[in-house]
Amino acid sequence: MKIRDLTELAARNLREAQLRNSLTTLGIGVGIASLVAMLSLGVGLQRLATQRLERSGLFNAIFVRPKSDLRHFGGPPKQTPPEKHAELDLKARQAMSHLANVITVYPQIRFLTEVRYDGNSYPTSVAGIPETDQNSGAFEDMQGRFFSGPNVDEAILQIGFAQRLSNKPESLVGKQIAVRYAKREPLPAAGGKNGSGSSATAQNGVGAGFSVVLQETRLKIVGIVKTDPEGFGGFGRGQLFVPLQVAEQLHATQITDLRQVLRGPNPEPTYGVLTVRVTSPTKVPAVEAAIRKMGFETFSLLDTTRNLRLFFTVFDLLLGIFGGLALVVATLGIVNTLVMAILERRREIGVLKALGAADRDIRQLFFSEAAVMGLVGGIFGTGLGWAIGRALTFGTDIYLQRRNLPAVDISFVPWWLALGAVVFAVAVSLAAGIYPATRAARLNPVEALKYE
Amino acid sequence: MAEIDSATANGFAIRAECVSRWFQLGEARIRAIDEVTLSVRRGEFMGLLGSSGSGKSTLLNLMAGLDQPTSGSIIAGGRNLAELSSRELARYRNQTMGMIFQAFNLLPRMTLEENVELPLRLAEVDRGERAARVREAIERVHLEKRLAHRPGELSGGEQQRAAIARALVNRPTLLYADEPTGNLDSNTGEEILNLLREINQTLGTTIVMVTHERAFAERFAGRIAYLKDGKLAAT
Repeated sequence: MKIRDLTELAARNLREAQLRNSLTTLGIGVGIASLVAMLSLGVGLQRLATQRLERSGLFNAIFVRPKSDLRHFGGPPKQTPPEKHAELDLKARQAMSHLANVITVYPQIRFLTEVRYDGNSYPTSVAGIPETDQNSGAFEDMQGRFFSGPNVDEAILQIGFAQRLSNKPESLVGKQIAVRYAKREPLPAAGGKNGSGSSATAQNGVGAGFSVVLQETRLKIVGIVKTDPEGFGGFGRGQLFVPLQVAEQLHATQITDLRQVLRGPNPEPTYGVLTVRVTSPTKVPAVEAAIRKMGFETFSLLDTTRNLRLFFTVFDLLLGIFGGLALVVATLGIVNTLVMAILERRREIGVLKALGAADRDIRQLFFSEAAVMGLVGGIFGTGLGWAIGRALTFGTDIYLQRRNLPAVDISFVPWWLALGAVVFAVAVSLAAGIYPATRAARLNPVEALKYE
Repeated sequence: MAEIDSATANGFAIRAECVSRWFQLGEARIRAIDEVTLSVRRGEFMGLLGSSGSGKSTLLNLMAGLDQPTSGSIIAGGRNLAELSSRELARYRNQTMGMIFQAFNLLPRMTLEENVELPLRLAEVDRGERAARVREAIERVHLEKRLAHRPGELSGGEQQRAAIARALVNRPTLLYADEPTGNLDSNTGEEILNLLREINQTLGTTIVMVTHERAFAERFAGRIAYLKDGKLAAT
């Protein structure tokens, strides 16, 4: 029989025993719904966690520092054979920015300041923010706006700091603040004052250094943000953010400057830590390896994501097993319904065989009925599963709101889950139909025609 | 094969050659059909007469390929039915023969039109052609006005006529009728037999009809085979 005829006959047969078939289809629907709801919860939570972590900008970032740095990322320094020391300077920065899949490379600039506002002074720390951070989640629900350009005298305040400045932090947007900082200035040209030092500098760098001068600059507050978007791998949390270029041009004294002094006169500026942003977390290992080859130490949070994914895979599996149990019950329902249908339609099967239906036709007819039940149940179940997920999200949000926490989407039905659930429902129904369909096809027509 | 060819060449529509059909009932072996040899010529209207339990319906089922003989062979269209695959046998039932029953056996959930269309669906005939073939078959049995009715809404005679239309819709050369008047009053039964005779005469369809009503068989069948205790008593 042609597929269209099979489908028509199957649909007709299903309509006839409406109550029983509806209940069976409902059973499949509920089974699929529980599976979809469970998995959508797993997917939703994974998405939530991944989004939050990816928004933090930590998972597509590699932190690079020179090998002989005094500070060590995580754990004691590794014993490495003596090798040529690579400087983390402008040349290295440019080389890194030319690596494949690297979006940008920028130094971490953080320094201490004193902010003057409304006649009071507030000590705090400034952090330079690259333009690319605009898209990170940290600025998503900020008050005000992001910097209008890469080189503007604007500031964004961290909410905690803003609250120190004013009882109404939101009123600060648009106001001016004065920022005092320690500017690093080159020493005046050698001559007369310290003749011996000058000659030593020329010979081996001893006596080289810089002077520190108090400077003040004025910034306009344009926004208030909840968290420090660059608050990892740097020198403490920033509370006042300025465009990275502005921070660089201030030449403020940083902790690493002391180390630079020890190295003697060096025309090239060096960096304490460079942050390398790559296009996606999956590109991190390759870029990390390339940077290590250049002679630097790197650190990324990739291992953490790997563990996170592993955790969610196991989590999804467990949720799937619980959801699947309902589907097993539904499968037994299909077998039962179809076996009952054979008994009920024995004579009909006999007539069909007498009219020239091959065993294959009978088998296909029962398979089609199982598939139609699976398809309808699958579509209904996917919708129901989605609705259950929504209801769970709704309930969770009410709970979170009561605790003054932001609303989250804990369930998510991606297209592959919806499609997969429907295909799975049909596949399970077909599998459930194997025994009844084979039994129907093997029915002896003479016996079947005698059946009253 | 030579024998088979000669059977066809000799103008036989169907031939049973030394056919036996035994059933095992516990310890007892029942010989429902016992070494029956019978030929039905093309275009013939044959009556299979016998009392209840004589084996006439069993023989008809064997001829229709619904059952397999324990021994012997049924030759139809030059081929031994026992040697056909289940698919070939299904095609034989669908295209070479048609069958009507005492209980009509229309599918109660389908309309008359859909019932008649069923063999065409099984034969995978194009939808465009189906409507014309269904109409032709229904017109032949004069049920044009009952197209959309379900079997439960038709009289016994109408149901049997619908069953005849369904049996004829694939234009078979053989028509098997198993007690076609058994559930009908004598007038309606006569109408049905008149219709069968008309089909036999106008279309040249070979008809094998099982009946226990001697009067009808003698009036309408061109030849009668008598079965008694599974054996052919006389033709």
